[in-house]
Amino acid sequence: MQMTIAEKILARAAGHKSVSPGEIVEADIDVAMVNDITGPITVEALEEIGIKKVWDPSKVVIILDHQAPPTLIEAAQEHALLRKFAAKNKVQNLFDVNEGVCHEVLPEQGFALPGELIVGADSHTCTYGAFGCFATGIGSTDMAAVFATGKLWFRVPESISVKINGSLKRRVAPKDVILRVIGDIGADGATYRAAEFFGTGIGKISIGGRMTMCNMGVEMGAKAAIVPADNLTKQYLARRAKWSYKEVYSDKGATYVDECEYDLPSLEPQVAVPHNVDNVRHVREVAGIKVDQAFLGSCTNGRMEDLVEAANILKGKKVARRVRMLVAPASREVYMEALAGGVLQKLVDAGAMISAPSCAACMGGHVGILAPGEVCISSSNRNFKGRMGSPEAKVYLASPATVAASALKGEITDPRDV
Amino acid sequence: MAKAWVFDNDISTDDIISGRYLVKRDPKELAKHVLEAMDPDFHSKVSPGDVIVAGKNFGCGSSREHAPIALKAVGVSAIVAESFARIFYRNAINQGLAVLTSKKARDGFKTGDDIKLDVTKGEVINVRTKKAYKAEPLPEFVMNILNAGGILNYLKQRKRR
Repeated sequence: MQMTIAEKILARAAGHKSVSPGEIVEADIDVAMVNDITGPITVEALEEIGIKKVWDPSKVVIILDHQAPPTLIEAAQEHALLRKFAAKNKVQNLFDVNEGVCHEVLPEQGFALPGELIVGADSHTCTYGAFGCFATGIGSTDMAAVFATGKLWFRVPESISVKINGSLKRRVAPKDVILRVIGDIGADGATYRAAEFFGTGIGKISIGGRMTMCNMGVEMGAKAAIVPADNLTKQYLARRAKWSYKEVYSDKGATYVDECEYDLPSLEPQVAVPHNVDNVRHVREVAGIKVDQAFLGSCTNGRMEDLVEAANILKGKKVARRVRMLVAPASREVYMEALAGGVLQKLVDAGAMISAPSCAACMGGHVGILAPGEVCISSSNRNFKGRMGSPEAKVYLASPATVAASALKGEITDPRDV
Repeated sequence: MAKAWVFDNDISTDDIISGRYLVKRDPKELAKHVLEAMDPDFHSKVSPGDVIVAGKNFGCGSSREHAPIALKAVGVSAIVAESFARIFYRNAINQGLAVLTSKKARDGFKTGDDIKLDVTKGEVINVRTKKAYKAEPLPEFVMNILNAGGILNYLKQRKRR
């Protein structure tokens, strides 16, 4: 039977020769991740049902990133609880508040590998699909079942194919591609489905760019978003992979219930306007809207290439007077690279603040909170009402280049116009 | 009688419980802020047993299980929606919060209407208009989890047997 990448991975993990969409399978989990927001509920659930140890400590990853470093006593307590749990269960892979955002740290540490089945108690777990694996977000109680047994039940999703052709023009980014796709497919258009990216264009997009695109798969409801592994993937993993892996590719004739196609050379910078991620326009359509805050960071766009793009636009210039620009490198590794390469220098020179590697302003419970009536242009993934603080604030989602250009001008600006 | 609270499409888990409350894990604390972005007084107006009736993609966004925990803690007994986001749907069942998919119910209700549900049969009734709307019935294993008050209680009950 011909299968898609998603179907092949689930079949392998469930120990079946083949699986079909709609089928319910119980599958073995290769890596299971929790963070400081979702992990404590998992720990509590395990205690409640009397589970004394995790199924395999080497496959459990705990990352303290949302409230990092803690700004509240409650958050510090959650961190303490997770550290204690890790010690008791001999979980070596606890990445503390200094390491960065879970979806950047987990791949950097070599846990996200082609062909794997990964679950994370965080909706943006789909990011790891950039490495040709099936990765999906689950809740904390489901994660307790995984921690206890190493297994979880899945409904095999239908797959859709997103074909990407050609190359991106200057100052148009992978973020613009995925915003356009979400705008077309809709916030629930891919619910219960796996989105697989193909075409000559996807091979030209960097690993970081693929992570941006897979990261936002959940914003169209996708259960997983997958880019087939290629040489770029292997290069990235060469010095990182935790263990050996086997790439998985789709079969010729596999069933995709929906197909769409995008030509990159004609794509313009995109922006998701409040308060839904599928509310997507050309940046030029909303250019001129005054911004109070510009946020560059998050698991979507806080990587080295994102910081470099922003620094290229801002170097030797100043962020507009009344704009607060906040930069949160996605990980300590990114932070150090940006520090060594002088990228942080350029950003700080321009007036930006650099925060610790963390989710920062994206989750609205840490740094970079918005007041009522304020506007933020952000490289993150969600613009829901109240996402970054006041429900009366507005968040516009765009690429790092658009964030930097808008910070420079003090209003939403197409990065090709600066 | 249970009242209906009507909401739009795409009610996100950020709408249900904002990121800034997530470190306060106590259900009673979370309940004070449930759906605050939509209606700051929701928690004081809602009565135990009330039902949320919403459009498509209810619970989209974050995997935070705090969302169904907060809804249950404030007394919401069930959610009827045109469709649900995947992670929320599973979290709600695990927490013992009934989630019913009904294509037509949303447009047949106004906030404050008396509502009756038959979860096993798959029926949503507006007592005011006397109209009934079909919902997808929940399978027996889901009903068992809901009747136990969530998957943890269900597992504990099974262990005792």
